[in-house]
Amino acid sequence: MALHFVLNGKQRTVEGVSPTTTVLDWLRMQARLTGTKEGCAEGDCGACTIAVAHERNGTPQYRPMNSCLMMLPQIDNCAVLTVEGLSAPQARLHPVQQAMVDANGTQCGFCTPGFVMAMFALSQEGEPVDDASIHEALAGNLCRCTGYRAIVDACRHALTHPTQPAVCDGREALQTLTPTDDYRCGAQRFLTPRSFDELFAAMAQYPNAVLLGGGTDLGLRVSKGREAFPEVISTKGVADIRHVTTDATGLVFGGAVTYSELLPQLDAHFPSFAVLVRRIGSRQIRNLGTIAGNLATASPIGDTIPCLIALGAKVTLRSRTGTRTLQVEDFIVGYRKTVLVPGEIIAEIRIPFVLRDEHLKIYKLSKRFDQDISTVIVAFKLLLDGDKVRELRAAYGGMAAFAKRASHLEKALAGRMWLAESLADIDEIIARDFVPISDHRGSAAYRLRAAANLVRRCQIETTSSVLVRVEAL
Amino acid sequence: MNAPLGRIRGGVHSAVHHESAVGHVTGSALYVDDQPTPTGMLEAALVLSLHAHARLKRIDFSSALAAPGVIAAISAFDIPGKNDIAPIRSNEPLLADGVVEYVGQPVAAIAAETLDQARLAARLVDVEYEMLPPILALDDAIARESYVSPPQVIARGDVDGALKQAPNRHKGEFRCGGQDHFYLEGQIAIAIPGDAGDMLLHSSTQHPTEVQQCVARLLGVPFNAVTCEVRRMGGAFGGKESQATIIAGIAAVLGAKAHQAVKLRLPRDDDMRATGGRHPFLIRYDVGFDNDGRILALDVMLAANGGNVADHTPAVLTRALCHIDNCYWLPHIRIRGLACKTHTVSNTAFRGYGAPQGMIAIETIIDIIARQLGFPPEAVRQQNFYGVERNNVTPYGMVVEDNIIERVTHELDRSVDIARWRERVTEFNRTSPLIKKGLATMPVKFGISFNKPVLNQAGALVHVYTDGSVMLNHGGTEMGQGLFLKVAQVVAETFQIDLDNIRVSATTTGKIPNTSPTAGSASSDLNGMAALNAAEKIKARMTAVAAEYFDVPAEEIVFASNRIYAGNRSTSFPELAAISYEKRVSLSATGFYRTPKIQWDFATLTGRPFFYFVYGAAAAEVAVDTLTGETRVLRAELLQDVGRSLNPAIDLGQIEGAFIQGMGWLTSEELWWDAEGKLRTHGPSTYKIPGSRDVPANFNVRLLADAPNREATIFRSKAIGEPPLMLAISVWLAIRDAIASLADYRVAAHLDAPATPERVLAAIDAIKTCNAKNAMTRRNIQ
Repeated sequence: MALHFVLNGKQRTVEGVSPTTTVLDWLRMQARLTGTKEGCAEGDCGACTIAVAHERNGTPQYRPMNSCLMMLPQIDNCAVLTVEGLSAPQARLHPVQQAMVDANGTQCGFCTPGFVMAMFALSQEGEPVDDASIHEALAGNLCRCTGYRAIVDACRHALTHPTQPAVCDGREALQTLTPTDDYRCGAQRFLTPRSFDELFAAMAQYPNAVLLGGGTDLGLRVSKGREAFPEVISTKGVADIRHVTTDATGLVFGGAVTYSELLPQLDAHFPSFAVLVRRIGSRQIRNLGTIAGNLATASPIGDTIPCLIALGAKVTLRSRTGTRTLQVEDFIVGYRKTVLVPGEIIAEIRIPFVLRDEHLKIYKLSKRFDQDISTVIVAFKLLLDGDKVRELRAAYGGMAAFAKRASHLEKALAGRMWLAESLADIDEIIARDFVPISDHRGSAAYRLRAAANLVRRCQIETTSSVLVRVEAL
Repeated sequence: MNAPLGRIRGGVHSAVHHESAVGHVTGSALYVDDQPTPTGMLEAALVLSLHAHARLKRIDFSSALAAPGVIAAISAFDIPGKNDIAPIRSNEPLLADGVVEYVGQPVAAIAAETLDQARLAARLVDVEYEMLPPILALDDAIARESYVSPPQVIARGDVDGALKQAPNRHKGEFRCGGQDHFYLEGQIAIAIPGDAGDMLLHSSTQHPTEVQQCVARLLGVPFNAVTCEVRRMGGAFGGKESQATIIAGIAAVLGAKAHQAVKLRLPRDDDMRATGGRHPFLIRYDVGFDNDGRILALDVMLAANGGNVADHTPAVLTRALCHIDNCYWLPHIRIRGLACKTHTVSNTAFRGYGAPQGMIAIETIIDIIARQLGFPPEAVRQQNFYGVERNNVTPYGMVVEDNIIERVTHELDRSVDIARWRERVTEFNRTSPLIKKGLATMPVKFGISFNKPVLNQAGALVHVYTDGSVMLNHGGTEMGQGLFLKVAQVVAETFQIDLDNIRVSATTTGKIPNTSPTAGSASSDLNGMAALNAAEKIKARMTAVAAEYFDVPAEEIVFASNRIYAGNRSTSFPELAAISYEKRVSLSATGFYRTPKIQWDFATLTGRPFFYFVYGAAAAEVAVDTLTGETRVLRAELLQDVGRSLNPAIDLGQIEGAFIQGMGWLTSEELWWDAEGKLRTHGPSTYKIPGSRDVPANFNVRLLADAPNREATIFRSKAIGEPPLMLAISVWLAIRDAIASLADYRVAAHLDAPATPERVLAAIDAIKTCNAKNAMTRRNIQ
């Protein structure tokens, strides 16, 4: 079956193209739309940003994504806009384009189409924005020439205009598309099952297929590794793992839920976790990537993993033969190793609510504030009993081969007075919990020192109004 | 004269937008990779060395050549001419010959029908290495006197004597790291073989002539057989000055071998591994100063990590030596520059070209002096400023004739009230136990002109067509800095026609020969003057035609606001162009310029290398987290001398962009090699250039008003590309200030650049330990 999507307002049908062709390569080489650029092919620079809308949640809305990390079948049944679709040639520019011209927001111009698309997508949100949200929206786009001031000015100015769609909007044409569940090219297959039954059938038929969530990690093997997977099974279309709900005790969401889709609920129930999630990747990444994917990669840092461990989250795994539910900390068993067995997927994650007298503090240290992999990340869930610690759950990433709890620290602090003076031996205790490595993100010595100091920061932040974060200034 | 003098649109000094702005925002501006490709064009991929230092025993292409789609494979053996692309010295191979000298060095290349085929086949090339011991650390290179070019020394006065007699003396060392250019457009070239052995290159290069000459040498053909063309680059910053030649050269050798067009576009990881960046420096100093903080003598060593070959290192080092004085009179001085050879990628030109490393050396030394004496660093700076009448000779013997240091620093001080600002910072620190703020100011003086006099020349070619439209060509290249626009503004001004009548076409060695690189900030000075010269020649001829046409003396002809006036009568520019053609008058001219006054003695490193200086001043405020070492730049105030700006909008963009790039160099951008000499930060996921949030929330840039260049530059403007990068050293100094606040501003912590959270936290902990020891000592005395 062929792929069907809307590109810059026009329906396109694609056959005979390898499913492991990236959207970026297809746009540039086959569609000859060269406005979208490759700056890094790892989803970090944003020069390849496109806007993608699909029908999943009510009104389709254009959202920014990194075309370099996406396999072509990922835009099946979607409306796609590239910079060429915002305005007609030789005609009036879209307000975000005009604002960039007026503010002198371009120099070499290579990053510009990506910025324009990120700003366009932000403008489509139609919500009032402040500078912090502009930075968040632009965090996935790098510019080496301008120093950003002019770009941020342009963004601010463009958002004062009423929301204006792209000239080649094309979202209405989404109605006429039929999704393709089984795309083939030569011996390669890209399957998009729609239910558990279809998913498990596909996994049984192709036991060596790679399982694709958002593809922000897997996509690197295509964009940089040029791997041509024989079989890919995308979980994006599986309706059974797309839910986000709350019940009396916690937040529950399916394995195919993206960071962006989860954020409203995190904002409502886990504000400090939401702040952290906004520092993971960029909007482009968060519109693709899933929390379950982050768990399944079991990265030693894995920003959400220590948070989920500290929060006592549970993960439900499902296979053809049944389900099992376990603590996130038991799910991760080693360096990039989980308990997942062939034929099994992450169906659901449940995060229990933080009780009113519990403190949740999440600290991420990295060389750059936005869109950087942590040197150290820690999540503390702290329950105090007057001046004393009743219980502390402390989970660290970046300190060992996998994210895990600091058990010596937890034990040592339980029952201790929660005072600055009582933390003098923290450095030694942390050193019993972790033997971190030295690498390009930081030395073992720094990791240990910072890990200990973050306990001190937590103590100060939970007991005083002393300023503890430079980003608050 | 009663000609109406309405301004033309887009003349000099007007803040017009970048000439490609609409192309940028619509995606229609074409970069090399966007161009329609020749039929049958092949795609190429590189085979890079896996080892820092090894003998090449064998390169086996058999598996690669058997892979689908593969058309050609080359190693050093396949280069028909000379395997040498050295820009300054010689014997710097395009492809490793017999020995590899860094991880990432191009060893071989593959051309195939598709990009995937080429990249997959490149992995099949079997290279056998025999390991040799590498020198990876700069310190080892210094100890073993491993150099890519001879040491350089600039000396004046009796340094040893003055050091001995100085009331105060301090010795120390510190380092600053390298920097990747991280132009958003990676290195790329397309080589298109043509008629009778010709080769056309579309190259993303700052130096089309060097690409032309090196390709000719590699192919063993005369220069006139090779043409290099570049319309625009997606950023360059010095990284495409000499090293773009590697990419163009490999594409050309592959193209010549395959007899087909070949495109070589480096993936980001290859780009960052195979091509170098800013030189890391180790600085060792011995400074003597009086009790007011006046520097009496300075003995300093600047050791640059040049990487495996010289490339631009000798010249970068010379510029570092020529900028360690910054704005300060250094009576007795000895500066030793070492161009060290290590088995790492060869470092190269990068915006500032050694000057940032020279300047951070003296600024850090002054900071240390101030802490030792307990004075505000700005007071110590002022003590040491160059004088106007006396104490005004640089260590390399050039008289600073255009000194406006005091003016610039005073104007900045007045506009932002540094004293009040410092009070607020100090007050904040009194009440904030964990987050500490720092504030620092510093001036910049940056010399304009290539140190090597021969490079200070430029050519231009101007055609006026009979419809009055103008085609402009010059030797400069457009990398986003607005050069094409500025030079077009010069031509518009000269002809007095609106800017949209001028079309700047791609730079090509076929139109302007023997060009200098677009570098050293001076490209609008040089190419603007050359274009002015060409336009004036045509204008003089058109004036003669107009004088004859109106029957008035030539002196009465006036070009103004798109028309040509003779008293009350006038004609349009297109009409006069058509009349000139009818009269069989040439409407095409070449222009030429060479910078006056400069001279340089390479033997003694003395002379007047610079036509003039550009000045600036900055103040920056930062916040530092004393528990984690995280930093944030809160405010930056810049005042930049641009002479009479050719285009204030473009200049503002250059200043802001340079400052943020400099800030990145000194804060978040860290290149990290492992023990085997492998770069582990080779993409944006691991190498962190600043993002939009890192720009200070309060960021104000002003251009120094009423400050025309005292030298006769193009419309009295000044160069702008590089000088403001060094204003970012204020951020570095502000971080040091915040750390010093922990010791009552009396201790200068040891800190290397970049000031990553890790280094900052280590400095803070060292100061805390020092405080604790002092407290102990005090208690013991009591």
